[in-house]
Amino acid sequence: MAEANPTQEPATARRHDSAELAELHRLAQQVRADSLKAVANAGGGHVGGPFSATDMLVALYFKVMNIRPEEPAWEDRDRFVLSKGHSSIALYSTMAARGFFPREELMTFDKAHSRLQGHPDITKLPGLDMSTGSLGVGISAAMGIALGSKLKVKDGVRVYCMVGDGECQEGEVWEAAFAAMRYRLDNLIVLLDYNKIQQYGWPSEIPGKRYLTWGMETLPNQWRAFGWRVVEIDGHDMEAILDALYEAREQAGTGIPTCIVGHTVKGKGVSFMEDTIDWHARVPNEAELAAALKELGEE
Amino acid sequence: MSELAEEFPNVLCLDGDSASSTRADIFEKRHPDKFLQMGIAEQNMVAAAAGLATMGFIPFISSFAVFSAERALDQTRVAVAQPALSVKLTAAYSGILTGKTGKTHQSMEDIAVMRAMPNMTTLVPADGVEVRKMMRAMVLTPGPMYLRLTRDPSPTIFDEDYDFQIGKAVVLREGRDVTIISTGVQTVRALEAAETILAKEGISVYLLHVPTIKPLDEMAIVKAAQATGTVVTAEDHTIIGGLGGAVAEVLGENHPTLIRRLGIRDVFGESAPDGYLLEKYGLTPAHVAETVREALKATKR
Repeated sequence: MAEANPTQEPATARRHDSAELAELHRLAQQVRADSLKAVANAGGGHVGGPFSATDMLVALYFKVMNIRPEEPAWEDRDRFVLSKGHSSIALYSTMAARGFFPREELMTFDKAHSRLQGHPDITKLPGLDMSTGSLGVGISAAMGIALGSKLKVKDGVRVYCMVGDGECQEGEVWEAAFAAMRYRLDNLIVLLDYNKIQQYGWPSEIPGKRYLTWGMETLPNQWRAFGWRVVEIDGHDMEAILDALYEAREQAGTGIPTCIVGHTVKGKGVSFMEDTIDWHARVPNEAELAAALKELGEE
Repeated sequence: MSELAEEFPNVLCLDGDSASSTRADIFEKRHPDKFLQMGIAEQNMVAAAAGLATMGFIPFISSFAVFSAERALDQTRVAVAQPALSVKLTAAYSGILTGKTGKTHQSMEDIAVMRAMPNMTTLVPADGVEVRKMMRAMVLTPGPMYLRLTRDPSPTIFDEDYDFQIGKAVVLREGRDVTIISTGVQTVRALEAAETILAKEGISVYLLHVPTIKPLDEMAIVKAAQATGTVVTAEDHTIIGGLGGAVAEVLGENHPTLIRRLGIRDVFGESAPDGYLLEKYGLTPAHVAETVREALKATKR
């Protein structure tokens, strides 16, 4: 079991070509822009969390996951569970960009009769692997999917699950973490969107700033304490994300699940939305929307 | 359940560290590869079962009713009922007779809770024959299901040729004076009241056993009320929101009838021997008979 410094360099670091990375960055900006437009159009929704999650989602859906957008129910596909289900719009925008459904459909987000419900609804949208929304439930379901995959001896399948840092306050997350170790689910890869802010949180020493109560080291160390293989990266460095994900899917036989801790910034991508509880769930007005889209590269 | 797993290879049993009490250990011995110990972590167990269901398995959750129905209620709601996945919650130690474990382990509210949940088929068997037939139906029918079991076996009232169907109530006696509508093991006690006490007093009982609380056999309930004009409901459960509540809802809408509800009267239980509990909490055949007499008196007014 590889173990060393907290920010370990993945052993099989690949060199990615700059055109590939530029394209992924462009896609991530598009996903952020589409997400923000959908929230504005719906008159409600989450922003900060979707933005911090976006780079990791784009890496997953465009480079890492073995999926077929034209055949969303393909039996041997990799699975993804967005346990932090309130960041649904980022997932939807990523799926649209990847070809699961047309980008125009994003404007139906949160509207009546929409396939794009406020939280992912498996009964409405093909391509989703589990309904989520109540924090902690998704990672348990993902653990169950990974276990089912092992029982069916589907050696090639990988199960990815994104959790939030506030979400890790739910006891169920740790029930799942323990069970995953117990069942040696090396086909399970958790991505922790560690943006260090939740909806309201605790006051900090900085007036007006509210945060998660935990320090930088605590949460990753909790995952280590449960025996997981923990890799810490900059959750906005596409190269680091890809390296960590490629390595995580090569853990067959180790019996140990992986937690990729992505150090992220809530609201990443739009300067006035970054690192604050104010944009956890908020609708941009016209001026804010225009300014945000400009920063995201859209006119 | 072990037999079902022979016939249906995608059946799994998930246990929350209670197998030696619920006898799921029998399943583990016969099918160790299909028995998943999930530890004392019921919320994870239920949501993980949902994940397994998406992979084509039919997971049965084995735990005590208080934990199956109540501790993991949010997970049941969002991971099982809302996506309508085929997870089967089996709930042992239901009702008042839970050994001497007492109030924390006595689930008096689980029928009320489960039947208020959309998509949750709610099954309450009377005896071992009915349990076996129910479990077979649970495997063959898709969707979320709740199976309410007791700790100890009850006397058998059904034959092997009993044709159990989800959603169908069963007329056990076709009397003319009063109707008893009951469910689960309380049906056995209601039957005893009808046969050994009330018959001798010249009271002819129409006895309707309702093994499926949801979906409810509304027609059978209305017909049973029409047969006599007086209804007593009986359940090893609170009188609030369970079978009594369901019957009152149906009759209120279709055929208003005087009802008297027999069950736990909105109190928690306690540790005590079985006989004492049945007596104190009013569930014996004698109590059923007394409730029938009261109901008849009230109707005649």
